[in-house]
Amino acid sequence: MQSNGASAVPVLTFRGVSKRFGDVVAARNLDLDVDEGEFLSFLGPSGCGKTTSLRMIAGFEQPSEGDVYLMGERVNGVPAYRRPVNMVFQHYALFPHLDVADNVSYGLRQRRPRPDADAIARRVEAMLEKVRLAGYARRKIWELSGGQQQRVALARALINEPALLLLDEPLAALDRKLRREMQIELQNLQRDLGITFVLVTHDQEEALSMSDRVCIMRDGAIVQIGSPRELYDRPLNRYVADFVGKSNFFAGTLVETGRERVIVSLAGTLRVPAVGGPSVAGMARGQGISLSVRPEQMVLSRDPRSLPADSAVKLEATVRNRIFLGEHTEYLLHETRLGEFLALAPRQTEISEPAFDTGESIHVSWSANAALVLSNE
Amino acid sequence: MRIYAVAVYLFLYIPIGIIVLFSFNAGRHASDFRGFSVQWYGKVLSNPFAMEALTTSLLVAAFTAVFASVFGTMAALALQSVRGRARAIYDAAIYVAIMVPGIVIGIATLIALVTLFGHLNDALALLWPGPPDTAPRLNLGYGSLIAAHTLFTMALVIVIVRARIAGMDRSLIEASADLYATPFGTFRQVTLPQIFPAVLAGFLLSFTFSFDDFIIAFFVAGSETTLPVYVFSSIRRGVTPEINAIGTMVLGVSLTLLVIAQYLLRQRRDTDTGAPS
Repeated sequence: MQSNGASAVPVLTFRGVSKRFGDVVAARNLDLDVDEGEFLSFLGPSGCGKTTSLRMIAGFEQPSEGDVYLMGERVNGVPAYRRPVNMVFQHYALFPHLDVADNVSYGLRQRRPRPDADAIARRVEAMLEKVRLAGYARRKIWELSGGQQQRVALARALINEPALLLLDEPLAALDRKLRREMQIELQNLQRDLGITFVLVTHDQEEALSMSDRVCIMRDGAIVQIGSPRELYDRPLNRYVADFVGKSNFFAGTLVETGRERVIVSLAGTLRVPAVGGPSVAGMARGQGISLSVRPEQMVLSRDPRSLPADSAVKLEATVRNRIFLGEHTEYLLHETRLGEFLALAPRQTEISEPAFDTGESIHVSWSANAALVLSNE
Repeated sequence: MRIYAVAVYLFLYIPIGIIVLFSFNAGRHASDFRGFSVQWYGKVLSNPFAMEALTTSLLVAAFTAVFASVFGTMAALALQSVRGRARAIYDAAIYVAIMVPGIVIGIATLIALVTLFGHLNDALALLWPGPPDTAPRLNLGYGSLIAAHTLFTMALVIVIVRARIAGMDRSLIEASADLYATPFGTFRQVTLPQIFPAVLAGFLLSFTFSFDDFIIAFFVAGSETTLPVYVFSSIRRGVTPEINAIGTMVLGVSLTLLVIAQYLLRQRRDTDTGAPS
């Protein structure tokens, strides 16, 4: 299905797209390609330009500069009702004066020539079954729960078999448990139908768990695009590392540069080897950097001899606080030169060594591969 | 405090109650109740002058309501895209149209129409191919009545419909466009059904205002007689139970329409989505 010639053309392309509202730049110089069948998320805090980007794909906004292409065709100036994309709105935007079936069939009924009533009814029925709402066709919208309304909104968009489905924070209004269920349901639907999904969210967990690729945005610009694993393991800068999962950032300076291995000086006295990463390329010696070490990469022990021999650094720290998280225990540690930082100990380590207590002095290390040099951006 | 409130209500409603009561009077005189009868209703319904005035009033009210609700709705929709200072000016103009006393509208419309008709009639006489005295002449009458009433009630429709549009979820319009509906398709399938209760309420209120209006009609009716004007001229010959019967019927129709309008305006809560917010 994906190996035919047509899939070579990206479903969506942004080339130098900018959008200004008066003096406010909502999107600046965006370049992006989304392939057929892909699940891409725009991730960022509110006001980062992710919703504006989505609205430019839908056709509710037109770019101030640059070009938007859908399936290789330039669509600047093409109104929303002539674009082969459909959207699931944040608060669903279901038509309150129509019942479930009439909401779902709305897009089909706009087609010219209009499909006959039987064909529409059959497709509505099949679609409602797909979103597990069989038997709800004649219900009023306000009789449905939030999760059911969400599925009607999804059915109303998907029945048109769009080239691209846009989702604007579709799960934000649902409670935690329902959100988890809908995330799985959305992923399954996307795989079954093979439709390209573009999701906008401010929830990093949602973006990372559902998408093939995540596009992280800040102040209207794209900071980094990559698979969730790439973003987690190789963040381009401190902003991305901070947005994708938890991390400790130690302020330092670059002592020795290199493509893969560099030496960093922390707090003026500690010299530690670290991974250079993509942001080191343009840096000179003596430049201020952030050294990122994920909490789960910290190795903790009461006995300094049981720390790995190849550790990049071995420290002595005091336990300031302990939080039990089920499969992990999170420690807030304090080291005289580095200050406070977090460490995550998996449950199994407690079998060999009982949990550390608040106030206890312990030994901490991390390996050179776990420490990543990031620009301070 | 309570007695005071009761007194206010009695003061307001006793005269109306008396009119309704005496319309069922079996006797000849308005001040002397002599048992229950509906004979005065029969008299009114067989009075050709009263019936002609009623027909005029109904026709004027119907046309006024149609024009006011159509133009008022169009204006309310168009005003949505007006922003800033221009919007403030339009808003002020609409509220002024509602607040201006009927007598001012009456006099202003009269002067404006008489002046305009004067010039137009001169022009028509000049252009008319036949003898000048056979040329058509524009006069006060149905047209001027409907125009003046529409002017006044249109502002009401704008205010009512705009409140409804403001309460409407804008993303519904975008959702419709996203589902391939053209702008006109969106208007027909989403906007109009959403604002229809307000349009209908505006229609009924316009009808009631036009039907009840005396002051404006008195100035611009020309040779036509509306029901309130007829009542006024009959009263000069003394208040008969017949007048009470007309009053009671007008009251009944007006109240019914107002109640329906109120009901329509309140219905909005039921038609909104129950989307959690």
